[in-house]
This record gives sequence, C-alpha cells and structure tokens, in this order.
Amino acid sequence: MTALHQPAATPDLLYSETEEDLRSAVRSLLADRADAPTVLARAESDTPYDPRLWQALAAGIGAAGLLVPEKLGGQGASHREAAVVLEEIGRSVAPTPYLTSAVVATATLLALGTEDGPAAELLTGLASGRRVAALAVPFATPPAGATGATVAAADGVLDGTVTAVADAATADVLLVPTPQGLYAVEAAADTVTVDPLVPLDLTRPLATVILSGATGTPLATGEAAADAVRRGLLAGAGLLASEQLGLAEWCLTETVRYTRERHQFNRPVGSFQSLKHRMAQLWLEVVSARAAARNAADALATGSPDVPLAVAVAQAYCSKVAVRAAEECVQLHGGIGMTWEHPAHLYLKRAKADSIAYGTAGSHRAAVAELAELPAP
Amino acid sequence: MTASIDAAEVRRRTGELLAAHPPATTDRTDFLKARFDAGLAWVHYPAGLGGLDAPRSLQPVIDAELAAAGAPDNDPRRIGIGLGMAAPTVLGFGTDEQKQRFLRPLWVGEEVWCQLFSEPGAGSDLAALGTRAVRDGEDWVVDGQKVWTSSAHVARWAILIARTDPDLPKHRGISYFICDMTDPGVEVRPLRQITGEAEFNEVFLTGVRIPDSRRLGPVGEGWKVARTTLMNERVSIGGARIPREGGMIGPVSRTWRERPELRTHDLHQRLLTLWVEAEVARLTGERLRQQLVAGHPGPEGSGMKLAFARLNQEISGLEVELLGDGGLLYGDWTMRRPELVDFTGRDAGYRYLRSKGNSIEGGTSEVLLNIVAERVLGLPVEPRNDKDVAWKDLSR
Ligand SMILES: Cc1cc2nc3c(=O)[nH]c(=O)nc-3n(C[C@H](O)[C@H](O)[C@H](O)COP(=O)(O)OP(=O)(O)OC[C@H]3O[C@@H](n4cnc5c(N)ncnc54)[C@H](O)[C@@H]3O)c2cc1C
Repeated sequence: MTALHQPAATPDLLYSETEEDLRSAVRSLLADRADAPTVLARAESDTPYDPRLWQALAAGIGAAGLLVPEKLGGQGASHREAAVVLEEIGRSVAPTPYLTSAVVATATLLALGTEDGPAAELLTGLASGRRVAALAVPFATPPAGATGATVAAADGVLDGTVTAVADAATADVLLVPTPQGLYAVEAAADTVTVDPLVPLDLTRPLATVILSGATGTPLATGEAAADAVRRGLLAGAGLLASEQLGLAEWCLTETVRYTRERHQFNRPVGSFQSLKHRMAQLWLEVVSARAAARNAADALATGSPDVPLAVAVAQAYCSKVAVRAAEECVQLHGGIGMTWEHPAHLYLKRAKADSIAYGTAGSHRAAVAELAELPAP
Repeated sequence: MTASIDAAEVRRRTGELLAAHPPATTDRTDFLKARFDAGLAWVHYPAGLGGLDAPRSLQPVIDAELAAAGAPDNDPRRIGIGLGMAAPTVLGFGTDEQKQRFLRPLWVGEEVWCQLFSEPGAGSDLAALGTRAVRDGEDWVVDGQKVWTSSAHVARWAILIARTDPDLPKHRGISYFICDMTDPGVEVRPLRQITGEAEFNEVFLTGVRIPDSRRLGPVGEGWKVARTTLMNERVSIGGARIPREGGMIGPVSRTWRERPELRTHDLHQRLLTLWVEAEVARLTGERLRQQLVAGHPGPEGSGMKLAFARLNQEISGLEVELLGDGGLLYGDWTMRRPELVDFTGRDAGYRYLRSKGNSIEGGTSEVLLNIVAERVLGLPVEPRNDKDVAWKDLSR
C-alpha cells in the first residue's frame, strides 16, 4: 500500500458540543412530531411527508442549510453536523427529504462552486427549507455510477425517463444529469410527470420521473457536471452511513429493553445466553459502525483526499449492520415483531432499502478494491 | 489532579529530562530510571511513583516528545503483564512500602511479572480456584498448581490468587499475594502449545513461603483485588495508533498485490470484506483512544478484544488458504521458549495457530460477550447456584 492511501491527517471521530446540542434539538423535535404511530399513519397517507415537520427541522432548527455557506443563507456548518441530524432521522425513521435534498442535491450544487447564478439561487432556497430538490438518478446509483444516459438534452430541452428516484414526488426542483450536462427542472411543469411507485421503505417515497420536452436551466456541462453529481452522491453515500447507524442503535436499544421485560420460562428472555451474545455482538457492530460513519462524515467535512475510501468503507460496513440490527430486532421481539402496529417493520424496510441506496455493500467493496489496490483476479 | 500541570508543563519537564540525560549518550536503563523519577513514566500516577498526578491524556504528549528525541522505551510488549495488570493493582491496593518497592523496577523493565491466576480446574470460573494459602506466623504457605502462565520462565515476580478460607463461598475466601518466582518451592515447567513452542507454562507451588507483607489488600478480599486486575487486563488495549493495514491485514494484502497468480474470486470477496472490517476496527480503536484523551473513556474497550480476536483468526485463516501450496508448509516446529508473542515477524501458519489463543487468553470471547451483555447493555444475569455455597461443598 502506497503512502497515497494513508489518511493525511487523523480524523476527529468524536462529537463536538455543538453537535450534541444539535442532536438534542433534532431528537426532541422528532420525538414530538415523528413518533412511531405518527410515522406509520403518515406512511399510509397520500402525503408521506409532513410539511410542518420539515419546516420545523429545515427552518426552525436550520438543519437544511448546514452544508450551505452563510453568504448563501445557510449555516456554514459541515457534513459532521448533517451526519448527526441523519443519525436522529435514522433513529426515528422520520419521513423527511433531508438526505435527498439537504445532503445529496445540496452537495451536488455546492460542488459546482458558483457564487451567483442559478445554482447559488437554488442553494439559497434549499438552505432555508422553502424549496426541496432531488437529484434525478435512480436511488440505487453508487457514487461513480451516474451516467444520465436515460435523458437526452438538446438546447435546454429534456426528454427521457429516470426510474426509482427517491423523494422526487416531494421535490420542487429536479437536478437532472444528462450526457450533455446537469440541468435544473421545475417539478411542477406540465412537461414533467412524477409517477409514484410503491416503495419497500414506506417512509421514503420513490417515483419514476418522465421528462417530455421539459425546459432545463443549465447548471454545468462536461466533467464539471459529472464531478458535481459524483460528489453529491459521495456525500449521500457517506452520510447515509450515519442514518444507518442511528437506525441500528434504535433497533439494539429497543431489543435490549424489550428482552429485559419479556418473560418466558419464568425468567426475562434477555437472560438467556444465546440472546445475550447476539445482542452483545450487535453492540460491537454498532460501535464499530459509529467509528466508520464518523470517519466518513469527518473526511467529507474536511475535504480530505481520503473521502472516496472513507465513504466506501463506511457503506461496505454500515449497511450490513443496519440490516442485521433490524432483522435481529424483529426476531428477538417474536410474534409482536411481525405485526404492523409494532414499529420494527418500519426500521427493517428502511434498513433494507438503505442497503441498496447509493450503491450496495458489494459495489462499495469493489470501490475499496480499486482504491486500496487489491485488484480482482 | 494537579491543576497547574498542562501540556506545556509536561513538555517543559520532558525537555528538562532530555537535556539532563541526552538519549544518545545515556545508558538505556539509566534513562528510564530518570524518566520514572521525573514523573514522566505514567503521568497519571502519583508523584514519587513515576507520575505527576496529572490527567492521563497528557501521556501521549510526553510519549510523542520522547519518541521524536529518539529516547529508548521500556519495551512495553515484554513487560505487558506488569504494566497492564500488576501495576494498577499494586497502585490500587498496595501499601506504601509495596508501591515503593515494586513500581519502579516494574516500569523500567528490570523486573518482569507474570500472572498466577488460572488453574487446571479454574479458568473462566476463576473464583473456583483451589490453590491453598495457609497462615503460618508471619508467612503464608502456598500449595497448588497454576497453568497457562505466560512468561513465568522469565518473570521475577507474580501476582497470585489463592484460597485462604475454603469454608466461605468461593468469591469470599480468596486472598491476593505477590509471589517471588525465585523462591524455593516455585517450579516452572514449559507447556508446549499449538504452535510448537512454549510461551506459557505450568507452575507448581509446593510449600512456598510468602511473607504477609506481600499480601495485596485484606485477607479474604482477594477477589475484589483480582477484579481490578482483570478489568485492567481487558482494558489494556494499547494507546498506540495503528496505521491503515497496520495489523494482520497488512501481510495478506501485500501478498495479494505481489502474487497475482494466487488470486481467486472467492478469496477476493473475503479479502475485501476483511479489509473493510480491519479498517473499521482500526477506526474504532482510534475513536476509543480519542475518547480516553478527551477524558471520557467509552465502553468500547470491552469490545475491542473481541473484534481483534475474530479478525486475527479470520484474516490469518484466509492468508493460509491464499498461499495455496505455501500454506501447506510451516516455518519451524522447534520447541522454543520465546519471551514475547511476535505476530509480524512470523509466517502465516504461525499467525493462524497463535491467533487461536486471542479468543481464549485474558478471558474467552464467550465470557467477554457475557460481560458486554450484562455490564454494557444491562441485560439480566443468568440464575446461578454457586454464590452462597461454601467453596469446599461445590461440585468439582
Ligand atoms: C495463550 C494463552 C496465555 C495465557 N496466559 C495466562 C497467564 O499468563 N496467566 C493466567 O492466569 N492465565 C493465562 N491463560 C489462561 C486463560 O486466562 C484461560 O485459558 C481462560 O480464562 C479460559 O479458561 P479455561 O482455559 O479454563 O477454559 P474453560 O473456562 O474451561 O472454557 C471452556 C469453554 O467453555 C466456555 N465457557 C466457560 N464458561 C462459560 C460461560 N459462563 N458462558 C459461556 N461459555 C463459557 C469458554 O468460553 C470455552 O469456550 C492463558 C491462556 C492462553 C490461551
């Protein structure tokens, strides 16, 4: 392994006081507005996202603008803080377009590096939470995988279809990659159809986006456009690890609580060693996931050259942990874990969908193979 | 804590030490003694005992300055049991005389320590031990057998637990002693192990006389003292940073890069999974270290040994397979009595076999999982029937 692959600086893997304050604010908001029955009721309604919750999170707490510089109306904070917000969103499986709008779309626009013009204007809208954007690529796209090949652009007029776009249905603006460049398209235009799909994860809507002669505002072309999309997806994949961490933590905590209380054979089921070992093992994976997720968030925040590897490692590790935590949660709850009323299924569905989002663990391992110079046969 | 001691102050004192005893011209042991006397050995220890009563987080500052100046270290791997287990126990339970007598030569490395805890009939259930210590005037007379004692063949001193009252329940009739390994009646026999060498030993204790002044803690309170030792044993994960690919994943990754003819798709997937897990374990250790430095030690410490044991075993197992024909060979089966475990300087077969001990030594992985479940997660303990029965009435 060459020196190139050693991280340049030691990452800061702890939480700062500011981050802990932000966490408490987000956690108490979500406890009020996104408890499990509310989330379930929302998921079954026509409007899966509660606009009041989004306003309180985005504008009230200022979470939407964490990545955006102050001069564009944001908080001038970093991926480290956004990661903490996502941990709390994972912990509550709250339905919000935070990951897609405040992280992926925002990071894509920020990567364009313009101080004025349409991208800057869009960023100001996103930072305030007044507007919501979605990057129009399939949710399963890994960081290096967006081609935009299914949409054609000619003189700023866009035609084509993009499948399984996360949060397209709630977005005001779609950022559409095409082989000709990156465009912003108003989602409400007559020339844009957003067809909702039935998602595995009830708390994150997916839709097919059909563009039929839609007018796009050009944001970038060529390598600049491809690079911006890649960086948006890297931020998404990197911070998704924090959502997975929060989700896994909730599953473990709830499982420990439940198995301490539930009695069978005249003792708490949590006193049986086979269960204790499974939960202890899961705990070890959760604390390891925390180190991996923090490392990715810190690399993104500091713009370290280690970003691609830190993100690939975090995704290759954390998505498995979240799925296992949710699966163990269902199993160790027994029959009640299989019911619609108990929230465990919301977590399992989110965890499984997250394990495909922005690249599977396998695709991230392939990225590790390249970055760490461990080539396939 | 002395409020006036901060990073600048320990830097100043380290500078003074280096000026008075230039590493280039000072004898190694003399330098280490001077370092101990300057309070820069373990800075959180009391003044006069190698420390300055300062926050533990200042130790890395001192270590970095000394390393940069090319100062000798005290070979912490060779004296790991002394540093990690004997020292905190002597500090916590020893008399002033005991602290004065033992801590300096221990830290300097002049005296190696070993741990006479496990017995043929008492491993995980350590409190069931049967080695007897009977009071005779100012002495205790000890008879029994210990086993799997690492470094007993090079140790000058041992921490020893023995039963002083068989009529009490097992946890309450134990006392804790410091045993002189050169005393008559102490016999150390090499115990050859899975790798072919003898890194640990059987120790037979026959009428060994230990003066009462070498008892640690009150009579009958030995289990409480031992718990301090065991806690430190499990937490003594190094404060040292490891670089990426610093552990066992390093050699196998290098082999993968250098010998393309060995690569298969199956091995590739397993290697990548383990590479990711090794990197995550490294980061988890780094996070633990940062928590310690910030003064908020996390419970992660109890889990790291579990993680490294499993990883070492899986990685070395993969490495043997990757080597194919080479994996069928073994470096050397000669019976030797090494002073320390050397993972990096040896071949894959040795690593594979020796790492099997990682999930047994210092508490098995099963027992550590119990501890995590009960102490970290707060899960209920299993019902037990051995707590209130006199030790002599337990079934064995
Ligand atoms: C390389 C090496 C070096 C060592 N060095 C020292 C030393 O220097 N000094 C010293 O005193 N000792 C030393 N030991 C001994 C070590 O601490 C013990 O081997 C260990 O504590 C396990 O005890 P045991 O061997 O008696 O196994 P046992 O306790 O008999 O265990 C047998 C199996 O049962 C499992 N088991 C036991 N109890 C439980 C339980 N409650 N729940 C679930 N599973 C359980 C164990 O995990 C294991 O798989 C060393 C061991 C090794 C391998």
